[in-house]
Amino acid sequence: MSINAKTLDKTEYFYGHKACAGCGGSLAVRIALKVLGKRSIAVLPAGCMSAVGFNFPQLCFGNNAIISTFAGTASMLTGVYAGLKAQGITDFQAVGFAGDGGTADIGLQALSGAIDRNDDILYICYDNEAYMNTGIQKSSLTPFGAKTTTTPAGKNIRGNLRQKKNMFEIAAAHDIPYAATASIGYINDFMAKVEKASKIRGTKYIHVIAPCPTGWGVASDQTVDIAKEVVDCGLWYLAEYENGSFKINRRPKEFSSVEEYIRRQGRFKHLNDEDIKVIIDSRDKKWEAIDKTYSLQ
Amino acid sequence: MRPYLREKIPSSIDEIPSATAYEAGYLVTKNSGWRNVRPVIDTATCVGCQNCYLYCPDGVISIEDGKAKIDYDFCKGCGICRTVCKPGAIRMEAEK
Ligand SMILES: Cc1ncc(C[n+]2csc(CCOP(=O)(O)OP(=O)(O)O)c2C)c(N)n1
Ligand code: SF4
Ligand code: SF4
Ligand code: SF4
Ligand SMILES: [Mg+2]
Repeated sequence: MSINAKTLDKTEYFYGHKACAGCGGSLAVRIALKVLGKRSIAVLPAGCMSAVGFNFPQLCFGNNAIISTFAGTASMLTGVYAGLKAQGITDFQAVGFAGDGGTADIGLQALSGAIDRNDDILYICYDNEAYMNTGIQKSSLTPFGAKTTTTPAGKNIRGNLRQKKNMFEIAAAHDIPYAATASIGYINDFMAKVEKASKIRGTKYIHVIAPCPTGWGVASDQTVDIAKEVVDCGLWYLAEYENGSFKINRRPKEFSSVEEYIRRQGRFKHLNDEDIKVIIDSRDKKWEAIDKTYSLQ
Repeated sequence: MRPYLREKIPSSIDEIPSATAYEAGYLVTKNSGWRNVRPVIDTATCVGCQNCYLYCPDGVISIEDGKAKIDYDFCKGCGICRTVCKPGAIRMEAEK
């Protein structure tokens, strides 16, 4: 039996934080720490989760936690792991929580190095699909069409022109011991993956979609629902990479409407039917590849 | 256990650490002032399913004697608990 609400640690390790009401990233951090428990040592680079968690003297982590440089989440995790190991301490889990910008752009080199050394760390990317803490700039995980301050929507350009990078497959391409995707809309699946990762020695990477009501233009009570819908409409998927192979955890027989998913978000308000068709086509192309190369579970 | 409000707010020079390290879970301010609406639990309808507890981004819900209970000092009124409560035991009321 994998972990559930009843067996989960009742302690709160991320409390009194200053994230916006309904913040998906804060839910991901909170739940992951409840799975990992008090012997986890959290590393957080610049980004919303460090900004809302450490405002001396308001210190919202109940476990050991530290801020890293923006690019250095993975290298600091390596340092935590190596330092404790050198002291003969073994009952801990070094866990990183970095944003999409901190992972797929600026922290990618350090992450790649840690995976290459197979350091015993857990790296969690909470993906809110832009640089939120500095006021919504595009990252390489911002999806096609999304309006950000650096990909504005106007007459000539309608939001972000680029497709979202596939960080999960990039991590897997290192032949990492364990990589997974998740969504805060499927919290039990996320908990099970964090628990599984904590039992594997070597580098683990979990990529969790964590909507940001502020940056996405959705109401604060819709965060969980929209994180579920992005999976149901096929624009995000729940999968794992282990022992050299990919498996899909959830294969919707029929996708829910991409248009409905798009239309309920302020960041996509400007998109026309043609733009939505581009999004649907790229979804279908991705699922064709998934059906060929991922095994069903 | 959770990080909790302390009486002492470090403010003088010798109370402020010279290195960037301090006690974990040290809280000095509440978040209740952020709230425009307040979730209210109808205990008669609550079945103790823990869904609200699981999904609250602020971790302010606990289940006590089979019923959900909210720490209003740190609830921000986001309304996620109401959205995920299947029996409809949570309603949002305007803060006065
Ligand atoms: C080297 C460096 N460059 C830029 C910044 C400014 N900065 C702080 S947080 C942030 C955005 C982080 O975005 P992301 O990693 O996606 O996390 P989010 O804020 O969305 O949670 C930026 C650009 C910084 N702190 N350090
Ligand atoms: S801006 Fe978005 S990611 Fe940052 S704290 Fe607010 S809701 Fe969370
Ligand atoms: S989700 Fe609703 S029914 Fe379930 S514990 Fe919370 S208030 Fe009670
Ligand atoms: S309104 Fe939001 S912060 Fe308050 S209890 Fe509900 S989910 Fe938690
Ligand atoms: Mg981000």
